[in-house]
Amino acid sequence: MTTTTVIGREIHVDAEGFLTEYDEWDEELGAELAVQIGIEMTDEHWSLVRFLRADYAETGKTATTRRVATVGGVPVKQQFELFPKKPGKKMAYIAGLPKPAGCV
Amino acid sequence: MRTLVILGSGTAGTIAANKLRRRLPRDDWEITIVEQRGAHYYQPAFLFIPFGRYRPARARRSAARYLPKGVTRVKGEVERVDPESRKVSLVDEGEISYDYLIIATGTSPYPDETPGMADDWHGAVHSFYEYDDAVALREAIAHFDGGRLVVHITEMPIKCPVAPLEFALLADDHFRRRGIRDKVEITFVTPLDGAFTKPIASATFGTLLEDRGISLEPDFMIERVDPEGHRIVSYDEREVPYDLLVTIPLNRGEAFVGRSGLGDELDFVTVDKGTLRHTQYDTIFAIGDAANVPTSKAGAVAHFEMDMFPEQFARMVEGDEPTETFDGHATCFIESGGRKAMLIDFNYATEPLRGVFPLPAIGPMPLLKESRLNHLGKLGFEWAYWWMLLPGRPLPLPGRMSMKGKKEEK
Repeated sequence: MTTTTVIGREIHVDAEGFLTEYDEWDEELGAELAVQIGIEMTDEHWSLVRFLRADYAETGKTATTRRVATVGGVPVKQQFELFPKKPGKKMAYIAGLPKPAGCV
Repeated sequence: MRTLVILGSGTAGTIAANKLRRRLPRDDWEITIVEQRGAHYYQPAFLFIPFGRYRPARARRSAARYLPKGVTRVKGEVERVDPESRKVSLVDEGEISYDYLIIATGTSPYPDETPGMADDWHGAVHSFYEYDDAVALREAIAHFDGGRLVVHITEMPIKCPVAPLEFALLADDHFRRRGIRDKVEITFVTPLDGAFTKPIASATFGTLLEDRGISLEPDFMIERVDPEGHRIVSYDEREVPYDLLVTIPLNRGEAFVGRSGLGDELDFVTVDKGTLRHTQYDTIFAIGDAANVPTSKAGAVAHFEMDMFPEQFARMVEGDEPTETFDGHATCFIESGGRKAMLIDFNYATEPLRGVFPLPAIGPMPLLKESRLNHLGKLGFEWAYWWMLLPGRPLPLPGRMSMKGKKEEK
């Protein structure tokens, strides 16, 4: 596990830059992570990021795009519009959560 | 007298019935198993049937034959579980009361969850995850004389996550043997960012695809199949045309899991990944593919779970703390064509590594590397499946994953 410095703060990240410590995140950091991957955050973006944070706190897993659609109520198509190309990964990255592991 | 009800007589349910019948005293425990299907399928064969390398009838046997004496068998489809009053209701008739419930109803493909996918089913759109689909695909492959073959995964998780990759490699091998490989364009389309889910294995498999001239289309989240235009379309509006589409449809658990409020958004039962006990109800457990544990959905996982589970189940129902938890151990043979296969071994915490298996330095089977021996291992496994694994007899494989013989790499 490595650390990196974002807005003057040391954070723990994995090889792909996903935060590994849930508690190191706040919205200020999220805003900077969004800038890094070229996402301009609107209220709609934030509501998804907040859903992901709350859902992770409850389930211990990063929500997949399907879960964001069925539980969070935002259709996959709209997730692609908000976070182009790779919504699952981009949402998780900004929300400071592990890469979604629909992948085993 | 206490009653244990097991739902499902597939790999996990059958091993559990055999092992728990031996473990739980007969004068104290009654065991009932609900068979949703009368047949038990040797599912690894579904990969070979489409290429005419396995006689379909051989893959299907009577489920009852592999269940032990002293277990009551009930045929029926589950309508709902009421976890408060501890009752299972069946679709056609009857209710079964339980003290403890083990859900082992697996996962199934749902082609109608993707718009357009079911419209040309067994036309130009095929799969091999069900017996009938594998048999239908055999005809389609036999009559395929050239064009675009697209092997496609809809969404993770799927049962046997390496099978689509194996299918692409076997297709390459098949068309080579028929002397028409140059007329067939093979594309592997996946929602993942590479050929597989774990980094080291993904890199190895990626090379394997490249070597065989199979193109890779990663990060493809399908929105719909266009059955008239013969193309699949992603949410970000990419298109992949096909002449023959072999897809792995969305995999879900059984709908009764959702109806009963026991599952996640895909109807997989929410359990603790170490004890396999339901996150909300003490009296409910889930094993095999039906559980939402973060490891592969595969027979090997069901088998390894059943190494620790019967003993721990017997402890937990007496109110004792479990002394051992499941580590997510999975082992898969990956048939790579040319009568060779690879082998991977991993768990919740450790991704597939290179090395040898199962004994350090000796192996004899190499990990993450093609070999003839691994292929023979895959073929030989069938006998062990029917005669050792299902009856719950000990196999010379450790239940917990071991780091022995493996090379860690950066």
